[in-house]
Amino acid sequence: MTMKPSRQVGIVGYGAYVPRYRLAAEEISQLWRGGQDRDTLPVREKSVPGPDEDSVSMSIEAARNALQRAQIDPTQLRAVWVGSESPPYAVKPTSTIVAQAIGAVPSTSAGDWEFACKAGSETMQAAIAMVGSSMADYAMGIGMDTAQGRPGDALEYTAAAGGAAFVFGPGEEALAVLEASYSYVTDTPDFFRRAHQHYPEHGNRFTGEPAYFHHVLSAGRHLMESLGLTAEDFALAVFHQPNVKFPQRAAQKLGFTAEQIRPGLLVGDIGNTYAGSSLIGLTGCLDAAQPGDRILMVSFGSGAGSDAFSFVVTEQLSKRRSLARTTQDYIARRQPVHYATYARWRSKLLLK
Amino acid sequence: MDIARHWRLRDQRYNLQGTVCAGCGHKMFPPRVVCPECRSRKIETFEFSGQGEVYSHTVVYQAPEGFDAYVPYVAALVRLEEGPLISAQLTDVNVDEVAIGLPVEMVTRKLTEQEENGLIVYGYKFRPRF
Ligand SMILES: [Zn+2]
Repeated sequence: MTMKPSRQVGIVGYGAYVPRYRLAAEEISQLWRGGQDRDTLPVREKSVPGPDEDSVSMSIEAARNALQRAQIDPTQLRAVWVGSESPPYAVKPTSTIVAQAIGAVPSTSAGDWEFACKAGSETMQAAIAMVGSSMADYAMGIGMDTAQGRPGDALEYTAAAGGAAFVFGPGEEALAVLEASYSYVTDTPDFFRRAHQHYPEHGNRFTGEPAYFHHVLSAGRHLMESLGLTAEDFALAVFHQPNVKFPQRAAQKLGFTAEQIRPGLLVGDIGNTYAGSSLIGLTGCLDAAQPGDRILMVSFGSGAGSDAFSFVVTEQLSKRRSLARTTQDYIARRQPVHYATYARWRSKLLLK
Repeated sequence: MDIARHWRLRDQRYNLQGTVCAGCGHKMFPPRVVCPECRSRKIETFEFSGQGEVYSHTVVYQAPEGFDAYVPYVAALVRLEEGPLISAQLTDVNVDEVAIGLPVEMVTRKLTEQEENGLIVYGYKFRPRF
């Protein structure tokens, strides 16, 4: 049930993007709850997109960073796929704008992928398949979101903006070679948004055990067992990050230490970037990894499902890592904003 | 501006695609069909690096229609490292941080939205290098 391409495939380039602005969870808490929940905030702060940013502009920058590290001509890409739950248009692909802006058009496939927060890792599975089948030498997968929570809702503390892009290519050119991947999905109504509604609904207590933990742990465990590996065989691991606690608990249940998840656990500083969450976590791992390191990545999307990947870092990573800005460079570029500015930019004055 | 015009300008807008003269090497933005330096018509497309510096700037408080979401913002003339001077909005910057000579780089951002049901126009802006 584990998936392996028929030729070796790996990540040949990766790039992150996080907007410049931050909103402190404490400020949201002050505004809506008088600071009553100050000691149990799910993140420290979250990233906020500027008034001229959306999933298109953010994908373009992450894609340009990935191409710089890949060192390929963008016309060599045969796919530009964007996974997001915040496309600027209801009808008109995000991916064609991104493909045009990075110079990949016209001889490429383009498409927008949907699966709540798993949309980004779906593009990775597909890009691996396209390169693995030799249909193409290079394919790009992106996970990017500008997530929205209803004002005052628990999701507003964490709903953030950011993500990452990956160029997949032949294993011999890779910074990190894929060992295998696995996908695990069931019909689970933990979180949803009907058409034409601005804000999503969550199935209350349903989000933890039957949704996030069941799928993340099942996917991670199955992939590790089928490869004959345990947590000790991995240098680093990254899990979908809706808050700080969930990925920490998932990691612990699979036998990982706090040290192994530290470089990829970014949610406390940038919030939950939805379809971008586990992908940008993986960029944090690649920024920190050494040749020979094995990295586990497990995504999660409501509805529900997880994709799990095992990568092994090659010698080429240290040579190409510095060709683009690191994920921490973006996290350090930080301008706090107040709720009023955030409300103006995000058109929060709309309450239904 | 109509949709067809936005469409024709997309490479220029998204990528700073201009032209270079095959005769004398003069680089032009926006693109031109005749070189203003040597009158040559041997013109090729050229993608600018996006690196430059602020040549002059002003803070806009009263924005033209379609730009009010961004006020106050900085409108600047940017000297590209390849030579041309272009006018553009600065982004990801506090208005009091801008000075002549500030090193900037091109980013592709939302320029304007034509009403709730209209086109979203993307194009170049510049932000401080970091
Ligand atoms: Zn000339």
